[in-house]
Amino acid sequence: MLHTVNKSPFERNALDSCLRLAKPGSAILLLEDGVYAALANTAMSDRITARLDDFSFYVLGPDVDTRGLGKMPLIDGITIVNYSEFVDLAAEHSAVQSWL
Amino acid sequence: MTQPAEIEFDTEGVKKRFAFVNRKAPYGSIYALEILEMVLISAAFEQHAIIAFIDDGVYQIKKGQDARILGMKNFAPTYGVIEMEKEDADEDDDIDMEWRIVVEEESMVARGLTKDDFVLGVEVLPSSELSELLNAQEVVLSA
Repeated sequence: MLHTVNKSPFERNALDSCLRLAKPGSAILLLEDGVYAALANTAMSDRITARLDDFSFYVLGPDVDTRGLGKMPLIDGITIVNYSEFVDLAAEHSAVQSWL
Repeated sequence: MTQPAEIEFDTEGVKKRFAFVNRKAPYGSIYALEILEMVLISAAFEQHAIIAFIDDGVYQIKKGQDARILGMKNFAPTYGVIEMEKEDADEDDDIDMEWRIVVEEESMVARGLTKDDFVLGVEVLPSSELSELLNAQEVVLSA
C-alpha cells in the first residue's frame, strides 16, 4: 500500500493516524502541506525518525520547493521524489490510501 | 446544445474489495456525506466493502444527531440503511456482497464513546487489526 499525507502535522492528525494504521512495510509519501513533516529539527520530527525502520518515507520535491523549504534540512532517510517518481510509486503499489 | 452520448457501463462480473475510510466529523465539511453516497453506490453495484470509522469519523455514527436544527437534510438515519444493506447481503445467498462496518477502538475510546453510542451495529477493532484489514483491500477511498 502507498499512503499519502497532505496535511501539516502541526495542524492535523492525518500523519499520526497514518503512522498508527499503515501496515509496516508500506510506503508513505508526504505531499502538499504534508511536506512540513519531512523537516528535520522540528517538534514533529521524532514522529518519523522513530518509524524509519517500519516504512519507506518519500516527500514530493516540488511541494518542498514551493514552500521555500528546499534549503532546509530534511530528516535523514526520507527520499525526495519528483512527479514522475510519484506516478511510479502509485503504479508499483497495489492501492493508494490518502490521509486527508 | 447537443445531447451527451449515452454512456453504457459494462460492470457485469466486476467485483472489487473496497474500503471506505471515514475520518471527519459530520457537519463541518461535506466529506461524510460524500463517502456515504459512495457507499450506497457501491451497494447498487454489489461490491464488497469495509466501512471504517476512524478519528473524528466516529462522530458520524453517534446516536441522537439531528441536522434539521441547522436546516440541513438529516442524513444520519441513512447509516441505518447501510446496516440494512449489510443484513440483506448477509442473509440473501443471491447477493454476493460482503460488508463489514468497523470502528477503530483507539479513536472510540479517546472520545469517551462506547459501542452503544452508535446508530448501527459495528465491529470494534484495535488499530493493529484494522491496519491488516485495510491493507487487504483493493481500492481505498477516504475522507
